[in-house]
Amino acid sequence: MSPISRGFHGRHRDTTADTDRVPPGQYVTTDFPVLSAGPTPHTPLDNWSFSIKQGRDTLKSWSWPELQALPVEDVTVDISCVTHWTKLDTRWQGVSIDTLLSQVEQDARYVLAFCDGGYTTNLPIADVTGGQAWVAFGYDGRPLPAEHGGPARLLVPHLYFWKSAKWVRGLELLAADQPGFWERYGYHNYGDPWREQRYASD
Amino acid sequence: MAGTAVRERLTWRVATVGAMIDETATVRTIELDIPDWMSHRAGQHLDIRLTAEDGYVAERSYSIASAPDEPVAVTVERLEDGEVSPYLTEDVRAGDEIEVRGPIGGYFVWPWQDPGSPLLLVAGGSGVVPFRSILRHRADIGNTTPTRLLYSARSLPDVIYRAELDATSDGVQVSYTLTRQQPPGWSGYSGRVNDALLHDVAWPLEQRPLAYICGPTAFVESVAAALVGLGYPGDRVKTERFGGA
Repeated sequence: MSPISRGFHGRHRDTTADTDRVPPGQYVTTDFPVLSAGPTPHTPLDNWSFSIKQGRDTLKSWSWPELQALPVEDVTVDISCVTHWTKLDTRWQGVSIDTLLSQVEQDARYVLAFCDGGYTTNLPIADVTGGQAWVAFGYDGRPLPAEHGGPARLLVPHLYFWKSAKWVRGLELLAADQPGFWERYGYHNYGDPWREQRYASD
Repeated sequence: MAGTAVRERLTWRVATVGAMIDETATVRTIELDIPDWMSHRAGQHLDIRLTAEDGYVAERSYSIASAPDEPVAVTVERLEDGEVSPYLTEDVRAGDEIEVRGPIGGYFVWPWQDPGSPLLLVAGGSGVVPFRSILRHRADIGNTTPTRLLYSARSLPDVIYRAELDATSDGVQVSYTLTRQQPPGWSGYSGRVNDALLHDVAWPLEQRPLAYICGPTAFVESVAAALVGLGYPGDRVKTERFGGA
């Protein structure tokens, strides 16, 4: 039983937000806060590619124009960051991971997303397929700004947002799970906001 | 090192509010007596949860201001449209109970792998809080790593921990830049942190410095980009940003 914080009433509860959409321990923000462990990388689009790798092999790689030529989906989703903010009805444009994986033969159980700047994050393949994940390069109808992960980031809105890796450059297909960057620094391996899986022991 | 940040279960613990110090007109340091607190590392943060009488809860993360061997303290800046920070800076009293869990975060911590590298700490506003933990820890363990703190604040009265920072010695150099208002005869830097200022303050590359930047998003973005521009490798620049309310 939590102790009552004497004199605390809460100022943000009068939000018009539909509280059923806000996971436990989160508050709704209209800002778009930025959280990254290091400097923002800037890779020229001419040198940019998105690759699906397995072991030492690159199974498939798309240049920037090749990725743009794939079917682009417009998705409106709520996103939740482990630092307690939730942003409702964010609008993204990107290519579904299903579309990308359909072009390779694979039977992986996990993926490790890798990024410019060295960031990684791990996800079960079941969480990046079935219309649940995208490589997003548009936000609100405009190119995704660099500080928010542009030119392209992973978008996996049903998990805490550190799983939606910024500056993503590809997916490594894995038979066995392998923790990524924050997962090695004490954050939860899976990260379901509705079960408040923030930290390793949750 | 990786994997060691969180070993024990991070359960919510009931902390008792202890001594409080008003650092500036809007910033307060609060000591917390937390039973069974696992010692933290300098630079880590913790989560605070407040519960209203009708069960409404609000959670926020705060950097830890104290060194690992001291009583846990957080330093909180009141945000005008905030929900938790006005309570912590205005309403809470010594003896009150609030819920806490942590320590959290294993990357923005010091010492890092090569603790001998000269240290550059760049703070914007209340981004100085984790650096107080690092500087105190450095002194506590008798570490002599050459260290520079560059602290950007709006004006001198907005500088947090000023007396403590002015009293640092033993290989620590503190520089201030005041962005909005400088007192008469001000001999420190003025204006926002830019390339020229960083060129002046940052350690030369050949010394393999390690940089930590903490502050509001726009501040961290611009300082990190400037350090990369000076040739600092991305993996030698650690950032911590805060945003939202």
